[in-house]
Amino acid sequence: MTEQFVSAAIPTAPRRPFADMAAIAALILLLALLPVAASLLGNPFLIKIATRIVVFSIAAVALNLVLGFGGLVSLLHAGLFGIGGYVVGILAFHAENGDAFLGLLPGTGELAILLPLAMLVSGGAAAAMGVISLRTSGSYFIMITLAFNQMLFYFFIALQQYGGEDGLQINADLTLFGHAATSRVPFYYGCVTVLAIVLVLLQRLIDSRFGVVLRAAAQNERRLTALGIAPLRYKLAAFALSGAIAGLAGALLASGQQFISPSEMSWVRSGDLVVMCVLGGMALVWGPVIGAAAFLVLEIVLSGWSVHWQLVFGLFIIAVVVSLRGGLTDLFRLAAGQEGR
Amino acid sequence: MGAALFIEQSLNGLQLGVQLFLMAAGLTLVFGIMNMINLTHGSLFMIGAFLAAALLARTGSFVLALLIAVPATALAAALLEAAVLRRFYHRGHLDQVLVTFGLIMVLNEIVRMIWGPVPVPMPLPQMLSGSVTLLPGVVYPSFRLAILGVGIAVAVALYVIVAHTRIGMWVRAGASNRDIASAMGVNVELIFSLVFAAGAALAGLAGIMAGPISAVQVGMGEPVLILALVVTVIGGIGSIKGAFIAAILIGVVDTFGRVLLPPALGSMMIFMMMAAILAWRPRGLFPVHG
Repeated sequence: MTEQFVSAAIPTAPRRPFADMAAIAALILLLALLPVAASLLGNPFLIKIATRIVVFSIAAVALNLVLGFGGLVSLLHAGLFGIGGYVVGILAFHAENGDAFLGLLPGTGELAILLPLAMLVSGGAAAAMGVISLRTSGSYFIMITLAFNQMLFYFFIALQQYGGEDGLQINADLTLFGHAATSRVPFYYGCVTVLAIVLVLLQRLIDSRFGVVLRAAAQNERRLTALGIAPLRYKLAAFALSGAIAGLAGALLASGQQFISPSEMSWVRSGDLVVMCVLGGMALVWGPVIGAAAFLVLEIVLSGWSVHWQLVFGLFIIAVVVSLRGGLTDLFRLAAGQEGR
Repeated sequence: MGAALFIEQSLNGLQLGVQLFLMAAGLTLVFGIMNMINLTHGSLFMIGAFLAAALLARTGSFVLALLIAVPATALAAALLEAAVLRRFYHRGHLDQVLVTFGLIMVLNEIVRMIWGPVPVPMPLPQMLSGSVTLLPGVVYPSFRLAILGVGIAVAVALYVIVAHTRIGMWVRAGASNRDIASAMGVNVELIFSLVFAAGAALAGLAGIMAGPISAVQVGMGEPVLILALVVTVIGGIGSIKGAFIAAILIGVVDTFGRVLLPPALGSMMIFMMMAAILAWRPRGLFPVHG
């Protein structure tokens, strides 16, 4: 089981690590300049929107690791995102009350503890559900991840102690290494930094041997098995990693808006994340960042324009799917000079 | 739990089960024949309920509302299939999920534009507004009994049609192997259009019967859609028998789970059951394809 065999047997599109890294650098630079533009325009509301875009970008990029490269249509990611958010919410709740979660784990508002813990819990949940979901494929996989997502959704609705359906307000002070962490602009730069790290690491992962196997598993699992590589382990590892990063994004959302609610976890939100990936381009690691930005900006523009904006938004999604096979991905592939994945 | 409560909850579970079966029957056949993931099935449930509520307000007759709303829902579904969904049979599952996801937004918004954002009242039909004493100490609302009766009658009729008629044979052939069925001279496209419309009629019927119990409001179809998908997957995609058994199982387990377990666990019961069943049989209880 050598890399030579894998790359010789599986035709994958030529990747251009340099072009991708340059694109990532340009994107991050653009995002880093947004607060400057916002202050020039005198519109601090823009930072709030930009933070939301960056946080959902992280979640969409995480989903795309399994969706775009692993060929796994997961509708579970809003649930994993929400788990991350609730790790922050619940421990901050206990920090405020001065008691302990289940009488064992003391509460805290320290993000240096909360964010890795959110990744661990979401990643663990993704691994556990992945073990069952990945035994199936195709439409079964979609339906099972959808059902798991709803399971998490109803679980958090039923937790009356943590606000139930109304959600959980975070009143404790959130800190990063002891410093207050939620003032708007520094928090935004923190999120951009996380996005940059995630993008660079995932780009390197996709271009590594692991990435080759993952992409090959999406194309022809039987052939991969014949080469002596068991795809399940790779898919499970990708799924767990993807879940951990989605949980990190959820933790950042909860910290930024100091609130988390089950509505962020409904299956519709999972669908939104899939739409972001498709809109932006699933063949590229950084494609979903474009998709998340387009999605959220369109949502804001349309909802400001009409109360019935969802009609237009739905028609837009349908039009994209009908007219461009595989969405705007094709445009991005052309732009990036890549053939099919 | 006393005997009276046990009987009452069993009936509630069976009633939820037959309603889920009405939803899942159409969903599983559409899935099985055309390999099409149709997330708009919940919207058809909603459209049926809204049409019936509007007709009930106009005519004052529940029966009349039912008789017009069911075929009207089927007609709406046929239009939807011809206008949009037909193009997506041969696309990947991702495209199917996306396009039906977009359609849910569109249909929800159209319903909101016509009927407004507040729930529409749908009173019980007068004849069925009381309750019946089944056994000494067991009193049960007659409307819920009627749902149970209608659901079982429709399930039996559907079973007879699918298992014992020529059209049913074509449907089964299409569901178990579309290519071979079509090579043997079955007009799969036509059969599918009929199944799609019939499935929508059943979804509409389920929506109308659910209307007076739960609220008739925008988005009412989505939770039911998820439950119907769970039923479909547990039963085995394309299997009517599987859908029926899984629907009753889900109905009973969900009802008792909510009564007996703490809320956080009770609401997750059916999903945990699904996980357990699929870990044991990844293709569901009664897989049609091999």
